[in-house]
Order: sequence, then C-alpha cells, then structure tokens
Amino acid sequence: MTDTLLAVRNLSVTYPSDDGDVRAVRNVSFILGRERLGIVGESGSGKSTTGRAIMGLVGHPGRIEADELRLGDTDLRGLSERGFRRLRGQRIAMVLQDPKYSLDPVMSVGQQIAETHRRHLRSTKREARRAALEMLEAVHIRDPERVYTMYPHQISGGMGQRVMIAMMLIAGPDILIADEPTSALDVTVQAQVLAILDELVRSRGMGLLLISHNLHLVSSFCDRVLVMYAGQVLETCEAGKLADARHPYTRGLLAALPRLGERRAELPQLQRDPAWMADIA
Amino acid sequence: MANATASAPAPGSARAWLLSPSPASRTQARCGRWFRAWLGFRRNTLAMTGLGIVLLLVLMAIFAPLIADRQSTTLQVLANRLQPASWQHPFGTDELGRDLFARVVFGSRITLTIVAMVGVIVVPVGLAIGLPAGYFGGWVDRVLMRITDIFLAFPRLVLALAFAAALGPGIENAVIAIALTAWPPYARLARAETLTRRRAEFIQAAELQGASALRIIATQIVPLCLSSVIIRLTLDMAGIILTAAGLGFLGLGAQPPAPEWGAMVSSGRQVLLDQWWVATIPGLAIFIVSLGFNLLGDGLRDAGDSRS
Amino acid sequence: MIALDDVTVTYGRGPRAVTAVRNLTLSVPEGQAVGLVGESGSGKSTVLRAVAGLIPHATGEITLAGQRVDRRRSTAQRKMTQMVFQDPYGSLHPNQTVDQILGLPVAIHRLDRGEARIVQALAEVGLGREHRYRYPHQLSGGQRQRVAIARALILEPRILLLDEPTSALDVSVQAEILNLLARLRRDRGLTLLMVSHDLAVIAHLCERIGVMTRGLLVETTTATAMASNQVTHDYTRELLRFNAGFDRSSVVNADLDASAG
Repeated sequence: MTDTLLAVRNLSVTYPSDDGDVRAVRNVSFILGRERLGIVGESGSGKSTTGRAIMGLVGHPGRIEADELRLGDTDLRGLSERGFRRLRGQRIAMVLQDPKYSLDPVMSVGQQIAETHRRHLRSTKREARRAALEMLEAVHIRDPERVYTMYPHQISGGMGQRVMIAMMLIAGPDILIADEPTSALDVTVQAQVLAILDELVRSRGMGLLLISHNLHLVSSFCDRVLVMYAGQVLETCEAGKLADARHPYTRGLLAALPRLGERRAELPQLQRDPAWMADIA
Repeated sequence: MANATASAPAPGSARAWLLSPSPASRTQARCGRWFRAWLGFRRNTLAMTGLGIVLLLVLMAIFAPLIADRQSTTLQVLANRLQPASWQHPFGTDELGRDLFARVVFGSRITLTIVAMVGVIVVPVGLAIGLPAGYFGGWVDRVLMRITDIFLAFPRLVLALAFAAALGPGIENAVIAIALTAWPPYARLARAETLTRRRAEFIQAAELQGASALRIIATQIVPLCLSSVIIRLTLDMAGIILTAAGLGFLGLGAQPPAPEWGAMVSSGRQVLLDQWWVATIPGLAIFIVSLGFNLLGDGLRDAGDSRS
Repeated sequence: MIALDDVTVTYGRGPRAVTAVRNLTLSVPEGQAVGLVGESGSGKSTVLRAVAGLIPHATGEITLAGQRVDRRRSTAQRKMTQMVFQDPYGSLHPNQTVDQILGLPVAIHRLDRGEARIVQALAEVGLGREHRYRYPHQLSGGQRQRVAIARALILEPRILLLDEPTSALDVSVQAEILNLLARLRRDRGLTLLMVSHDLAVIAHLCERIGVMTRGLLVETTTATAMASNQVTHDYTRELLRFNAGFDRSSVVNADLDASAG
C-alpha cells in the first residue's frame, strides 16, 4: 500500500438509451496499491463496467466521466484508443471469465503468449518463445513444451485460464484486472487458479483488482473489498472483517447465503432500501 | 442496471398502452411486442426506404385502375408507335403504340401476384420438409435432405425453364416452375433453425410435460423459424422477380398482351438503341422493386439480430 | 418414490464411448429431498435427465411411485415428474408470454379450469397479474425462474427435479428462490431430487446428499454429517475444504497439474 498504482475518483459511466440515460457506474472512487482489492456486487451493480472503464473498453455509445483516472503517472481520461492499446498488456491487463472466448482458436497457445511478448517488448522470435515457456512454467504447467504447441480447444478450462494469466502477465503489467476469473471453473480448479494468481501477483508486486459476485471467494482471497450496488460503492472494508460489515446491503447479502451446518428454515431475504440508491444522486 | 430516468409517455395514450411493461391481455402483449420491433426498425433509414418502395408497389397494384387507364395497356395505336415521353404518355409508347406508363402500373399486379403465390407455396413446403428433418433427425432427416439436395443440384433458372417449357407458358406455370426451384433453401434453413433449437431447454421442458412432436414443432419451433424464413423470403423476392422477368423475357411467363415487365423488356430490346425507353422503363421498375425488397429484407434481418 | 437401480448412461459407441453415469443406485423416499453434488462432468445432471425421461437410452431400472418406467412414458407418468432447469433464459420460450408458457401444459393434459389454474400458479410462486402477459425478456432472472417453477407445478407433480435451480441467479435472488422451493415442498409434500455444484445450497434444501465424481456416486450421507465433517470419501473431504473459501495454505502444494491434458 506504499505507492498508488491506480487512482480512481468519481468515475461515472453512462449509457444513453431510449428511456433516458442509464448510469451504470456512479461516482466510484478508490485507490489501488500493491494489493489485492476485490469488488463484489450482484449483476447490474456496475462492477464489470468499472473494470472495463479502466481498461478503456467501454464502447460507443457509453460515456466515461471522472475527476481522476490515473494509472501511475498516466492520465487515462480522454486517452485515445491507440493510447489504450499501448497500455493494455504492457501496464494493465485483464483476465475474463471464460478463456474459450479470449483465446484465438486457430493459433497454438504458446504462439499467442509469445506474440504478446513480441508485440509489447519488441523481442525476437527466440526470446519470445523462451519467455513464453518460462511464463507457462510460472503458472505451474508441468510440461510447457507440450502445452506450447496445443490449441485452445485441446486444453481444459482450468488450464485455459492459466494460459490466459500467462499471456496477460508476460509483458509485466503493473495491474491485473480479473473479472470473474474462476466463475466458469469447478471449485477444485478454482482454488488452483487463484493460488497461481496470488503467487504471481505477490512475487511481482502487482496490484490486483478481483471482480466477483462471490462474497466467500473475495473475502478469503483479497486484502480489501469494495461492495458495489446500483453503480456505486456502498462500503469498503477489510476483507477478513466482511462479517462485521456495517452496511445493511452487505449484511443482507451475507445473511442470504445458505451456509453448511446451519440449517435455517427460511433464509433472510434482502430488503432493498431505495435510500441506498439515493445516497449519491 | 442503474435506475433509468425514464421519459414516460403520457398515461392513457396509445403509445403508453403499447409500451406498457405489464400488459393486461394477450393482444396487448403482442401489439406491444410488434410496436417495440417497429420502433427499432424505424431507425434504419435504408430499411425504411425499402419498406416505402414495397408499400408503394402494393398500393400501385391495388389502385392501378385509378392511376392509369386499363384500356390503354392493350390499346394499340400504331400511328403512335415508339413515341418518347410526353404529357399524354409519361413513359412514352412501345412498338405497338401502347402506353408504357399504364403497362408498367398494371404490370405491378402481375409481379406482385407471382411473388405472393411463390411465397405462399414455398414457405409451407420448405417448413414441411425442413422441420421434421431437423426435429426427428436420423433416417427422416437423411431421406428428406437427399430429396432437397436433388432439387438443389439443378441450376435454378434452367430448372424453372425446363418446367415452364414442359408445363406450357403462362403465369400459373411460371409460378409453379419458380416455386419448385425455390423451396429447397427454405427446407435447409428450417432444418438448420430446428437443429439449433432442438436441444434448447424450453423444448425439453415441453417434452417433459408430455407434448407430442407435432405440438412441439407447431407451437414451439415454428414461431422461431418463421422470422428467419420470412426474412429469407423477403431477400429472395428480388430473385423471384428476376426469375419471373427472365421467364417472361424468354416468352415462357406471362403471354402477350399481358403487361409483364420481363416480357416488356424483351419486346423492347430490338429498339433498344433508338428508342431506349421501351426496354429501360420496365427494366427500371424491376430494378427498383428488387432493390426495395432487398433493403427491406436486410432491415428485417438487422432488427432480428439486435433483438437476439 | 424415486428408485434408480444400476442405471448406466453411455454416450457414443465403440472406443470413443463416454460413460456419463456408471451403475448408479439411489432411492428417494416419498416427501424427502435428496441432493447430488459434484463438479461439471460428474454425471449429476445426467442422472436427473434420466429420471425425467430425457435420456431414452439409459440402461438399468428407474421406478417412479412404484411404477417401473421405460423409454416411452405415458402422459400420466410425464405429469407426475416435472423439472426446473438451470438457465432461466434458456428454459422459457423467448417469443411466448408467461400466459402462453403456462397455457401449454394445461392444453397438453386438457386440464379443466385452465384460466384459474394459471392465475393460481402465478400467485403461488409470488408473481402478480401484471406479470402474466409479459415476455421472458421483460422479466428478471429470479422472476423467470419463478415462471419455470410455476410451469412445473401447474401439472401438480409429485416429484420435482431441480437442475442447479439457483446457480444462474444472484445471491439475494437465490435466497428467495430457495425459500420458495422450501415452502412449496412443505405445502405440497413434494419429493425432490436436486443437483448442484454448491454444497451449501444442496445442504440447505436436502436432508440427504450424494456426492458424485466421474459418473460414480462415491458417497451418500446426510446434510448434518456433511456439516460436521463426518465424511468418508477423500473427494467429499476435498469438496468440503474448497467450500470453505480460498485458503492459501491448502492449495499451494496441491497437485497443480491435475487438469492437464
């Protein structure tokens, strides 16, 4: 937490629609250091849009407004598509839910990783290949030479996600945004992928923004958690102390989760308070 | 999503009734759905142009007797042969001194009849072959699709020509000839649409509830196939019109003196260099109507895409 | 109420055949709720589909309410067993209103008082009259799942099969649907067979839990035993451990390449 990698102040994302503007993200502010920051929220809470706004991936006709949106010393506000393309991968990277859709199906996974290396670091073919193999090893793939030549359809979901992580981290970005990186995976594989993510982010001193709907996962994995609802941050708390959260929404969500070993005839249902939306008009 | 600052229409208006989020009857729900689709479609200028052209064609066909004089379509005034455009004859006259304007206007009736009759034959036949093939699979699929392949293996115009020649010239036979060659793509389309929906959970739910195959096809699959079949038909209209015109041009479609556009182009070709309008005006009519149907079809397809 | 004896489901033929469920024997007494947990590919959903009669080539014996069922089921047998699917988007016809969706089973079984039944079914799952003529895309995920439940219950089945009924929903909506299912089960004395990858969800609704992996039912235990960690199979233990959340110490030295190939 010594230095700020990413500073976001009053970020808003607005989509125009037939029935007036829809503000998907409303005045979100946070600072990301060399830490693991989680964003939890239900669908439509704006958590993914926040991640995409930072990556410059909010397409037309969405509008981004912010008082501050800074990656290190680069101002991201009004950065052109070309400017973003130079940043993506090299300084800021993103892992999405399903590797199936993020990997090129007609190129071997090793080539794709090497290609990323060459594009960002202008390395030679041989250097890129060596770096890609090292990276595959770093994500605990046992036989990198063999996996290097495999195509996306030949690998399992868990391995695909590890390949994605390798590809995203090969150019050494400062920040990794992981949007539901393990939601498409089985629980046992989820744990492995998270462990690898954890290890790499720590050893490289990166900042990680983990976006997820899973309260358990975020609270057990991250250092700090932002709770989002209807486009705004309701609460920020230490991940370990999520159980002591103050906001009624967070408490309601936690209570609504069925828990093993605690049989309740009825789960307490979340009562949504319109005042939560009115906080910041 | 976050709250939307809705600009709600005034209560009580037709628009409010149509856009009501909680319709009170089946009719209101259906009308609302069509209205929403229309709102999306309306934004597409090209598609609206296409719709305009097609509507104009339909209106022209319906009100042909009011726009032009029926007699003058066949009235031969040999003294007035091959006159250029004038107040009396806005499009000029042809080689037998007939008014081209009246002939083009009444020709729209023939074109529209052919198009409508082909559509009425082709869609049910295509669905009847394609839906069971996709739904049942196995040998049903193999038999039906091989039959389709046989029809697909012939060049379309040549097959239509052969049929028209064998059945004898005339509009009805032209329609049959075109329909016989036009249905296979519809069967394929219906089969492909059925295959993608076959494993859908709502089909499985219907099966679980004990619905028969016929009921599932009729109530669950047909409504889904129909939209893409209609889009396909709209896009095919241009081809059908051109085939009809081609048959007319070769003397196998409508017979003289019927003012069929293709036949008109054919008769004008001997004087194409000196009296260009005789062949060009009906040719333009064919071109504009084909374009209209194509634009409309493209627009419908885009509207369908955005909804899914 | 539900009895499966030595049920095997194989897809494909010859050397490329895949056995999704292997020699599974399981019984659910009337009024009970049994859950199957497992990861994707464990065969748990296949079991459910076999019971529902969606897999005609399943071998072994399936007995529902004392009647042995075979490939072709009678309308009455169909009526007795209904299912709620995982994906509330995919399980409702996209071009039909809620009214039409609920009207289909009424029409198939020529039920009397169709109108009243539809109104009652909607009320029972907590939907109002204003939802009756909406299309699925005008409903939220939770409302869609309620429609799917209403569609299953309108036939008054005795057995309800649930295939991950809440995994596509948000946590707060999940709680509502689970409460609804618990209430309906109590009111109607339904027999439930439920499948999920989420142990806590299964344990909330079911008394007995079966653990499946790679097509095999490796352990059958109770929710209480599961909660107090009294399990015998290694795989169950592993599931329990991961269910507790991400634990740094537990995974770092795990076999990380288990999923290779």
